[in-house]
Amino acid sequence: MKENPNPLSFQARISPEDFLPASSEEKQSLVIMRESVSFWKDGVRRFRKNKVAMTSLAVVILIMFFSFVVPFFYPYTYEQQIRGSEHLAPMEYSEEELAQKAAGENVFPHVLGTDKLGRDYAIRVMMGSRISLIVGLVAAVIILVIGSAFGSIAAFFGGWVDILMMRVVDIIYTIPDILLIVLLSFALKAPLENLAMVPGFGWIQVLGRNLISIFIVFALLYWGGMARMVRSQILTLKESEFVTAARALGAGNARIIKKHLLTNCIGTLIVTTTLQIPSSIFTESFLSFLGLGVAVPMPSLGSLASDAINGVNTYPYLLFIPALLISLIILSFNLLGDGLRDAFDPKMKN
Amino acid sequence: MVKYIIKRLGIAVVTIWLIATLTFCLMNMVPGGPFLSEKAVSPQAMAALEAKYGLDKPLFQQYLTYMSDALHGDFGDSLKQRGRTVTSIIATKFPVSARIGGIAVLTAFCLGVPLGCISAMNRGKLGDSIIIVIATCGIAVPSFVICTVLMYTFGVKLGWLPTLGLSSWKHYIMPVTALAFYPTAYITRLMRSSMLDVLGQDYMRTARAKGVNRFVSLFKHALRNAILPIVTYLGPLLAYTVTGSFIVEKIFTVPGLGGEFIGSITNRDYTVIMGTTIFLATLMILMNVVVDVVYKLVDPRIKLK
Amino acid sequence: MSEYLVNIEHERLSFFTPAGEVKALNDVSIHLSEGEVLGIVGESGSGKSVTAYSLMGLTAYPGRLLGGTLDFNGHHINDMTEKEFQKMRGNEVSIIFQDPMTSLNPVYTVGNQIREALKLHTNKNKAERQARAIELLELVGINEPEKRLKQYPHELSGGMRQRVMIAIALACEPRLLIADEPTTALDVTIQAQILELMMELKDKLGMAIMMITHDLGVVASMCDHIAVMYAGNIVEYGTTDDIFYNPKHEYTKGLLRSIPRMDSREHERLIPIEGTPVDLLNPPKGCPFASRCDSCMQICLREKAPVTYFGDVHYTSCWMNQKAELEGGNGR
Repeated sequence: MKENPNPLSFQARISPEDFLPASSEEKQSLVIMRESVSFWKDGVRRFRKNKVAMTSLAVVILIMFFSFVVPFFYPYTYEQQIRGSEHLAPMEYSEEELAQKAAGENVFPHVLGTDKLGRDYAIRVMMGSRISLIVGLVAAVIILVIGSAFGSIAAFFGGWVDILMMRVVDIIYTIPDILLIVLLSFALKAPLENLAMVPGFGWIQVLGRNLISIFIVFALLYWGGMARMVRSQILTLKESEFVTAARALGAGNARIIKKHLLTNCIGTLIVTTTLQIPSSIFTESFLSFLGLGVAVPMPSLGSLASDAINGVNTYPYLLFIPALLISLIILSFNLLGDGLRDAFDPKMKN
Repeated sequence: MVKYIIKRLGIAVVTIWLIATLTFCLMNMVPGGPFLSEKAVSPQAMAALEAKYGLDKPLFQQYLTYMSDALHGDFGDSLKQRGRTVTSIIATKFPVSARIGGIAVLTAFCLGVPLGCISAMNRGKLGDSIIIVIATCGIAVPSFVICTVLMYTFGVKLGWLPTLGLSSWKHYIMPVTALAFYPTAYITRLMRSSMLDVLGQDYMRTARAKGVNRFVSLFKHALRNAILPIVTYLGPLLAYTVTGSFIVEKIFTVPGLGGEFIGSITNRDYTVIMGTTIFLATLMILMNVVVDVVYKLVDPRIKLK
Repeated sequence: MSEYLVNIEHERLSFFTPAGEVKALNDVSIHLSEGEVLGIVGESGSGKSVTAYSLMGLTAYPGRLLGGTLDFNGHHINDMTEKEFQKMRGNEVSIIFQDPMTSLNPVYTVGNQIREALKLHTNKNKAERQARAIELLELVGINEPEKRLKQYPHELSGGMRQRVMIAIALACEPRLLIADEPTTALDVTIQAQILELMMELKDKLGMAIMMITHDLGVVASMCDHIAVMYAGNIVEYGTTDDIFYNPKHEYTKGLLRSIPRMDSREHERLIPIEGTPVDLLNPPKGCPFASRCDSCMQICLREKAPVTYFGDVHYTSCWMNQKAELEGGNGR
């Protein structure tokens, strides 16, 4: 059982100096501390290691580049109808364009072909992605602001305020969203058209009132989930010691909400917002598909797909390109959100 | 328990009344009426029509009349489909949507739960990655894309499945697939994360320390805990799905409630809008009560109050 | 060395995490005879729980046994299959976990969870299992056992739940009971009751107990032997008297200085151990305790201390003892 019957056999290698006391510097040099990383740094590091999330981030940036930057120097515009170039297949030239090419002119190819009105499909798809992304981002911001404000107020005050506010959320959850969207787009028609006449509000015409009513509907309807989540987060945080401590130090309600509660659930907020983007894009494409989306000739990915459905037997690529792109955008935002959650959600740390 | 259900139903009645009122106000706030689009109608005929349906009365009186009729179970006649009551429209359309939707939710549940479990049990391995990639793609594809792709491949190109109506079991395959696609993917993901959560719990370690084998520890100890979030999701999902998806019904020409509802909104068929909205809301609220009760049965910690 | 119930020799175990190899156990040897109580003492992350879990085949996923031999009750743990482990767990060896609040499955009744262990390892019929469950609850001092069996874990208090955990662990009369900080999550008064109960049951049933704790007070009153662990090493091993009255490792001495004593004079101060535990991702090549040790010497920085024996049982690995012997002292 004795592993080492004669421990002093070491003696040969050990000199008396070895038994001199070590200085505290020498002791400290032994401590190889793992660099102490803050919550954010640690999260970013974990996020960077996640290949799937990094790839989807790259895809999102690439799509943003194509939808916000490329259209500025693209030789065609989304509403430009080129006569004689209707229904071209991808990379196909019309006869006139072939003639121009023969004459030595530089004709930019229709990378994705053209639609039935002779509009270049590539630029329409890019503009469509732009609209879809704008809808997704704006809606996510609207939902973030309203949802977190509503949820934190309800949770913070508790009691009957909480009960009343959450009952409102329940009711909003139950009203069919299509009903509100359609009714709103009718109801807002006149006021918005009047407003568009006022100088400085011309953009309403460009966006189209449907799109604006979609935003209003998002602002009215879809923050319920966010509000519930923020509320439950804050209800748990509210009981924690640091809030009691802040209160004991005399911090006011507004300060506690802003400084202590919201900052503590900011990670979850970011994740939920990122995951909200794809679901807003989803809803927009669905509405455009119903013909309730953006105004013609402005395309969105949903309306492009919807327009292409009738001719799907002859021109299937007109459907598959926007459909694929919607799926790709939603997929990458979802994966991005999952990656953020894995990196920043404290509960997922293991 | 009974007391709880009664209380919940009481709250439900109030909520439904609020929703009905809200819908009524919204509908009437919007300029234009149900008969405006019919251009050929003379002013006299229009007045006669409005008088017939009581639309010439002051709004508040219309509201009172509607509510008292609705309390007696009379949701009025359709303004656009002559001679049909709202009740009869819902009674013929709802079963169609409910059948497709019910099968779809059942499919989603039966596929999603096992897939999520398998994925969680094999965390980080090949099987898990494959399932999770497919499921993530599944929640990323909008239903109209699935519908048209299904239609194009199996209906048109391959010609394997019929594309119109619901006359045989083969007709059900495509609409059910389209409807079940998203929930299946969603349940798979939900089940996986909930299962992973449960597998990391102390009581799972206790079960292993007792000598329970993998199979029993999964089915007895983990599943019942992990299925709770699915139960929560299933209630609203069922309510939404059985009332019909407009897109699926439109593309596969299924005469269901979803299509009827969208149609009524664009036509301004006030009574049908009101009737279906109340019906949808009631179903939704009932489902939530059912979910809470089921939750109580699965998880003894929940106290119904 | 088959006279021991538990015989762990030179166990090395690492967790292969994404951040790198965490060397949780470096050369751990533990022996335990029938009916004996061994205390394993150390701070969090010193490897005391991992040692016990590896004996039951419960090491969590990224962990891997790298060396050494483990024997328990005639089983050679190193090459046991999961099936064989399942037969052994809960039957020959049971474990009580730290937190009784989360260790019971919330959706099943107490009775269900006790009867499950009986169902797995005995061929008792339903009525017999019920009778045994009642008997077990009485054994662990729970009154109204028939009623308690029908209750769910959330309806019981923490102390009560820990008693239920003990009842589950004892269901099949194991030869060895591992108690992984069984009282840490409980109130002080309940702690004493649970410890007393465990000792009582030990005498009644004659099983061996492996008591894992960071609380020296717990081990003093009930253990025959104590192993002090630090950073995956056993730094000192001996009888309870050896450890308390004749500590030989600087860490053990530090631990003893940091606990309050009943017989201390009024203003005697407690002396904490300064510094933080080592990072097991990058363990130092010398003595793991060197950076926190008041008597740290040059050699401690470079090399691990060899094992020094004091009598048959008591051993430690600390260079201070080498120094003493080198200087011609007798090491006692």
